Amino acid sequence: MPTAAGQTMPHPPPDAGPMGPPRLSLGAAGWVRKNLFGTWINALLTVVAVWLIWRVAFAVVRWALLNASFAEGPASCKGIEGACWSFIREMWPLFMVGTYPASERWRPAVSLLIVVLLGAAMLNGRVRSVRGFWGFALLGLLAAFMLVRGSSLLDLSMPESTRWGGLMLTLLLTIVGIAVSFPFSIVLALGRRSRMPVIRALCVAYIELIRGVPLITLLFMASFMLPLFFPSGFSFDKVLRAQVGIILFSAAYLAEVVRGGLQGVAKGQREAADALGLSYWQTMGLIVMPQALRIVIPPLAGTFIALLKDTSLVAIVGLFDLLGMAQQAVADPRWLGKLLEAYAFAGLIYLVMCSGISAFSRVLERRFKAGQQT
Amino acid sequence: MSANAAAAGAMPVMIALKRVNKWYGEFQALKDIDLEVRRQEVVVICGPSGSGKSTLIRCINRLEEHERGQIFVEGTELTGDLKHIEIIRREVGMVFQQFNLFPHLKVQDNVMLAPIWVRNLPREEARKLALELLQRVGIAEQAQKFPGQLSGGQQQRVAIARALAMQPKIMLFDEPTSALDPEMIKEVLDVMRGLARSGMTMVCVTHEMGFAREVADRIIFMDQGQIVESNTPQEFFAHPREERTKLFLSQILQH
Repeated sequence: MPTAAGQTMPHPPPDAGPMGPPRLSLGAAGWVRKNLFGTWINALLTVVAVWLIWRVAFAVVRWALLNASFAEGPASCKGIEGACWSFIREMWPLFMVGTYPASERWRPAVSLLIVVLLGAAMLNGRVRSVRGFWGFALLGLLAAFMLVRGSSLLDLSMPESTRWGGLMLTLLLTIVGIAVSFPFSIVLALGRRSRMPVIRALCVAYIELIRGVPLITLLFMASFMLPLFFPSGFSFDKVLRAQVGIILFSAAYLAEVVRGGLQGVAKGQREAADALGLSYWQTMGLIVMPQALRIVIPPLAGTFIALLKDTSLVAIVGLFDLLGMAQQAVADPRWLGKLLEAYAFAGLIYLVMCSGISAFSRVLERRFKAGQQT
Repeated sequence: MSANAAAAGAMPVMIALKRVNKWYGEFQALKDIDLEVRRQEVVVICGPSGSGKSTLIRCINRLEEHERGQIFVEGTELTGDLKHIEIIRREVGMVFQQFNLFPHLKVQDNVMLAPIWVRNLPREEARKLALELLQRVGIAEQAQKFPGQLSGGQQQRVAIARALAMQPKIMLFDEPTSALDPEMIKEVLDVMRGLARSGMTMVCVTHEMGFAREVADRIIFMDQGQIVESNTPQEFFAHPREERTKLFLSQILQH
């Protein structure tokens, strides 16, 4: 209904009924027409993109599924054009746990299950708010670790750490790295915001030093220099050395993440806590940290993911994590030229892990927010 | 409450400020403030924005540090000594303009927190105390909600209950109704009225002149970091002595 400028809108006809919201959905066909074929340039881009996607998807499916071999033994891959999954079929324990004794493989599997269950429990608000939950979670992680490591007390054999490898080693380095460095990072972040100049300077120096150096350098330092600080004959486990390097590294990055969260908590929160007479540590532990850590769930997940991938650098100091094992498997003389399969498989596992963490953090964030409705 | 004013002279001094000065950089926020507040007295501080009212009451529980002069609360001097600050903060409750409730804790837990951690009250007793206080401010039925689910007026009443849970002898109010929608101001002022009637020693920074007229024993007018005038409500509104007070009153009472 055209109206002249300045004129008031005419009343709707009496039979119009109450005005509904404007319709936003155009139906699937309408959406396609508007967004994919709106202009001739859009139409062209759409056609080219569809053609490209089709070509790539088709090539991948043909290689990975249609022309692939899933049978047993190297002979089955003779003369085929597609992927030789027979290789993965035989090697996959190597990818998962390295040369961990075959009879004990159930242990890392149970450990992984514990970690996944703890993660699921964290998502449930009712379970999470049970008193002592975090202590219990920590014990669970410890149990998972002991299961992999073995213990004479529990009558579990202790495979040498040189036999740890594959995905198991990757997850071990990452999870232990995050779990141990997290408390340190909180102390560092608080220290960085401390009013005491010496403490602040020390924390800033540490954080900037570590962040200014590539992880590879730290791993080298931890592997070759750490033993120099200890009396000769005192042998330091190789995995432990790499783990120390990773902890030092992730503490600095996490500290910056936590600091961001601390800055995101309103000043009034501290004032209210002060006015009630809470001490510094009570204020931090009960008021500021719980809010700060909620804010940093997304960047925390980002750091977790980055660390998971960064652990592949331990190959440099002679450990065989998931990627290291892929390289190892490729070198087997019975299976030559299976590079693509090895890296595709390792890549797929990384992808599943990383998108898992990322989905986990999204749900966790939503659950934490659900109650508060601010 | 004016009968109280006479009686107040006989009451012990709860808060004493002696020539208190404070600067923010080059800007002097408080200039030679002298003030005494006696037990059960209700003092309202008003004045234009930037006049130092908030700074003044935030110095009383050392959310701000004064740089010259002395502040005594119940005879304990506020210095850098953490022990003293701790003692004083136990006795002084504060209510903020922005409520400052803890958004990650339920209403009830907001109120229980300080009694448990600062006064070491057993959990069950703290819970009972919290429910009593929430009853008193009229929102016991909201105890299990999060602050974000409450209206501004309700949040501010929770904040009052939270401060009362420490069983303070003095309550400070820093513009408690300034962030509220008009229809919620009354419910908060009603709670404050009840508190004043019960004999609480109160220092309120507020622009609610009706409240001041009705409840205050003394009104203090501040401008540019100084106390310009201090008087009973009757005298303050009927016969302001200073030109600046008259100007302020004419501006604030116009509407």
